Amino acid sequence: MEFLGGKLLQVVIALAVFAAIIGLIMLLVDRAPKTVKDKVTVAGFLAPAAILMLVGLVYPAVRTSMLAFTDARGQANGMDNFVWMFTQPEAVTTLRNTVIWTVLVPLLSTVFGLAYAVFIDKARGERVLKALVFMPMAISFVGAGIIWKLVYDYRGPGIEQTGVLNYIRDALGLGPKQFLLDAPENTIFLIIVMVWIQTGFAMVVLSAAIKGVPTELIEAARLDGANPWQQFRNVTVPGIRGALVVVLTTITIATLKVFDIVRTMTAGNYDTSVVANEMYTQAFRAGEPGRGAALALVLFLLVLPIVVYNARVLRKQREIR
Amino acid sequence: MTATPAPKEASRAGIRQRPGSDPAADAQPIMRRVKTKLTSRWATAAAVLIAVVWSIPTFGLFVTSFRPAAKQIGPRSDGWWNSFIDWDFTFKNYVDVTVAAGSQSPNLSQYFVNSVAIVIPVTVFVLVLASMAAYIFAWGKFKGRDALFIFVFALQIIPLQMALIPLLQLFTQVLQLPAGSYAQLWIAHTMFGLPLGIFLLHNFISEIPGEVIEAARVDGAGHSTIFWRIILPLSVPALASLAIFQFLWVWNDLLVALVFSGGTADVAPITQRLAEISGTRGARDYLNPAAAFVSIIIPLLVFFGLQRYFVRGLLSGGLKG
Repeated sequence: MEFLGGKLLQVVIALAVFAAIIGLIMLLVDRAPKTVKDKVTVAGFLAPAAILMLVGLVYPAVRTSMLAFTDARGQANGMDNFVWMFTQPEAVTTLRNTVIWTVLVPLLSTVFGLAYAVFIDKARGERVLKALVFMPMAISFVGAGIIWKLVYDYRGPGIEQTGVLNYIRDALGLGPKQFLLDAPENTIFLIIVMVWIQTGFAMVVLSAAIKGVPTELIEAARLDGANPWQQFRNVTVPGIRGALVVVLTTITIATLKVFDIVRTMTAGNYDTSVVANEMYTQAFRAGEPGRGAALALVLFLLVLPIVVYNARVLRKQREIR
Repeated sequence: MTATPAPKEASRAGIRQRPGSDPAADAQPIMRRVKTKLTSRWATAAAVLIAVVWSIPTFGLFVTSFRPAAKQIGPRSDGWWNSFIDWDFTFKNYVDVTVAAGSQSPNLSQYFVNSVAIVIPVTVFVLVLASMAAYIFAWGKFKGRDALFIFVFALQIIPLQMALIPLLQLFTQVLQLPAGSYAQLWIAHTMFGLPLGIFLLHNFISEIPGEVIEAARVDGAGHSTIFWRIILPLSVPALASLAIFQFLWVWNDLLVALVFSGGTADVAPITQRLAEISGTRGARDYLNPAAAFVSIIIPLLVFFGLQRYFVRGLLSGGLKG
């Protein structure tokens, strides 16, 4: 257990240094002369976070954007990396997979999450039912990868199957299937894992939104003779539009960045790679930082419209206040 | 945050007001009541089905982790559901993954300590720095405040992948942070956690009544006193939810760890070790389920223990859009 001591010491020192820095800032803010007090306060409170974000996010983003136009030796090569991305068969597969992911995951997660939220609304044991579906949110992608490898487990035909799905296939007389190896449908089986994780998020947010729809409205629709589907379609859905948009955009962004699931389950082999995984492979495994950076840049461009939209909504809200 | 209390009340009211006891429903024609009951029965069945499908993978992992090696791999292996027939369970897998010595051993206890040593300082750093910045964005007065805030919000969307290469160069070549220490991971995680932290806390802090702060100011309190004595205590619910978020992200992260930890037992977190041992197929595969469960037990405990705060955090950022 001697390794514990050194690690604990590191943590204690880090926390002490941090406390000292914050204490110093507070002291400066309090002792500042009256005339510049407000400015010192703003600077002191904002500076640590601002510096960290500038160094950790803004500067790297700019650097990476520049790196995207260089080759493996750091020489400028114009648009070569992008030409590679849109012409090489394996790179095109990567882009195609990413599109499939970003269409299917948000859609399926939201549909399942919404359906589940509606079904369990006011049901007995609502809290337990919610927790069961929400639980995957707490599990790491790596853990989820191992969980689902177990589900998709494959043994040769004629041997007792250990994976749930292949056991069912055997029982139905279909014969076992290599879920993670058979392209192109293996991408779908990876997507199922992400849907499994994200449905809980969609469900929780949408469930709260549904409870926020005034019951009088639904009651009024019911008295007018609307059946449950019509009540849902014409009253509930318009009432939760804001939450739906938030859920869809959040899951879309998470999906675009998805890396761990692909990394742990197939490592991007068998035609399952996505942009975020390929970026890691190119930059840190294949010695092609330029290509990796180009992929990262494309990722950013794909997310950009969503950011602009959200920033607009945010600005409107602040103007209202 | 204003949206949160309302749904809760609605749900409480909803549980008491079951469809059958609703006076309005009693006045309905019998046919319609039968129909509503039927649909809700189908809905409940569908909900239970989803809940079961969603829980089976995790449950399968849990059962498998207690099965002896011979049942998991090799000629006598079969599916985990058979455990309930032959009732053959063992704790040996857990002993092997955590404390067994030897270079081949997964040695998870060391990596487990690393995960704790990484996650605690990062959570503290992000909470303190983000709340300081959020306070200034909500209550400070300076030019360009709103534009800067929207910029910070937009930073959330920079893909981590984009920041990794330049940041690694900066850490190792310019700052010369010591290898084999947690420093790189602490700083990187803090940088990446700040934008969302500031955004979530700002939503909460900006809704603290202005009179409270004004009163303290009239009493002669400076910014630092107001921040530590008034803002932070009042923000505990938001801080708790951000703490859980931050905890889960950092604990479950793989990408940042892969790039900055160097992969040794001195620094690397448990997810990285898990990815390593599950990535290689071999005779020790039977340890993967136990290893996975060791890694997800802490997040699951945190999650179930503090679920209410977690959900509230999702909503404060979510429902406003």
